[in-house]
Amino acid sequence: MVATTDQNIDQVLISILEKVSDPEIPVLSIMDMGVVRSALIINGNVKVEITPTYSGCPAMDVIGDDIKKALKHAGYESKVDLILHPAWTTDWITPRGRKALEDYGIAPPLNPTADKEVLLEEKRMVTCPNCKSTKTVVVSQFGSTACKALFKCEDCKEPFDYFKCL
Amino acid sequence: MKNNLYSYILGIADNSLILGQRLGQLCGHGPSLETDIACTNISLDLFGQVRSYFQYAAKIAGDQRTEDDIAMLRMERDYKNVLLVEQPNTNFAFTIGRQFLFDVYHQAFLTELQNSNDFTLSTIAKKCVKEVSYHLRFSSDWVKRLGNGTSVSNKKMQEAIDDLWTYTDELFYQTKADKQMVFEGIGVDVTNLKSNYYSRINDILLEATLEIPESQWFQTGGKEGIHSEHLGYLLSDLQYMQRTYPNMEW
Repeated sequence: MVATTDQNIDQVLISILEKVSDPEIPVLSIMDMGVVRSALIINGNVKVEITPTYSGCPAMDVIGDDIKKALKHAGYESKVDLILHPAWTTDWITPRGRKALEDYGIAPPLNPTADKEVLLEEKRMVTCPNCKSTKTVVVSQFGSTACKALFKCEDCKEPFDYFKCL
Repeated sequence: MKNNLYSYILGIADNSLILGQRLGQLCGHGPSLETDIACTNISLDLFGQVRSYFQYAAKIAGDQRTEDDIAMLRMERDYKNVLLVEQPNTNFAFTIGRQFLFDVYHQAFLTELQNSNDFTLSTIAKKCVKEVSYHLRFSSDWVKRLGNGTSVSNKKMQEAIDDLWTYTDELFYQTKADKQMVFEGIGVDVTNLKSNYYSRINDILLEATLEIPESQWFQTGGKEGIHSEHLGYLLSDLQYMQRTYPNMEW
C-alpha cells in the first residue's frame, strides 16, 4: 500500500463538509482541521474517510454523525469510515484553521522542535492569543483535552490553551 | 498463525487497557488539577489505542466477539498485561514511577512496531508513538522534578522506583506467541530493546539525583496470565457494568 498525504475530496462536497465543525472547537471546520481524508460520490451515495487527531479523541463519533447529518440535509446518503493511515498531523491544519484557532483563544501549534522547547525547556515562543505577547509559560503539558497544553501569559495574566504538535 | 497474532495483539493492548484503567482511577483524585487532567488525558490516549487493537483483534477472531467483549468479558488469567501496569496508585510518586518505567519501554516498542510487516499493526504503531512521546515527556519530567525537589519528594520517588524495579525485566519476556510473531516479521523482538531501555532509565534517574536500584531479582508472570492480587480488584471495577447488565450498550 502506498502512503499518501493527499486528500481526495469531490468538489461538490467541499462546501457541505466545510459547514461541519469540531464539536470541541465550534469555530473550526473539520475541513480546516484536516481530518477529512476523502469524500467521494459513488452511485449517488457518499463515502467519507476521516482520521482521528488523537486515538482516544471522543469528538470523532460526533464528527462522524454530524457529517452524515450535513450530507443527508444536502440530499446524500453516506457512510463514514475511520482510518488511521496516514496518521493525522498538525501540519494538516490549514492557515485559515490556524487563524480560527487563534481567534478562538487557542494558540496554534509551532513546529516540532519549538514545540519541545516550549513544553520542556519553558522557552517563551508561544504567542498569547489574547494580547499577542510571547512572555508565555507552560503550566501543564496536558490541558483541557489530550491535544492541548495549558499555558499562561505573564503580561495579560490570562491562561490559554496551546495546540500541541502531533 | 491467526491464534498467535490474536494473542500477540491482546498482549500489547492489555498493557494499555490496564494502565489506562489505573490512570482513570485518578480522575478527580489527582494531587493537583493539572496532574489530574494529565493522568486522565494519558488514560484517554491509552483507551483510544486499545480500541484500535481490539477492533483489529475482533476482526481476526472472526466470530461474534466485539471490541467490548474482548475488553470486558475475559477472566483474569486471560489478561496478558505485564505486572508493572496493574500496580496500584500508591501515591503520586508511584503513579509517576510506573508511568515512567512503562513509557520508556512503550515508546521504544512502538517505534519498532512501526516496521511490522502487518500493515494494521504498523499503522496503529505510527499513530500511537506520537502520543506516547508526550506521555514520556510528562512522566520523565515529573521523575526529575520529584527527584530534585524536597528531601521528602526525593525519598518517595526513590521508594517508588525501588519497589517497581522488580517488574521491569518482564517487559522483555517473550511468550510463545511473541516468539512466533518475531519469527514471522510481525512482532518486535523485545530482547533487543533491553539494554537501551536500562541505559535511558539510568540517564534520567541520574538527572533526577536518584539511585539506580541494584536488585537483580525480577518478578514475572503477567504475560502468561499469572497476576498480582491487584488485578482482580481492578477488573471487578472495569467489568462491573458488563457483568451486571450483560450485553448493555451505551
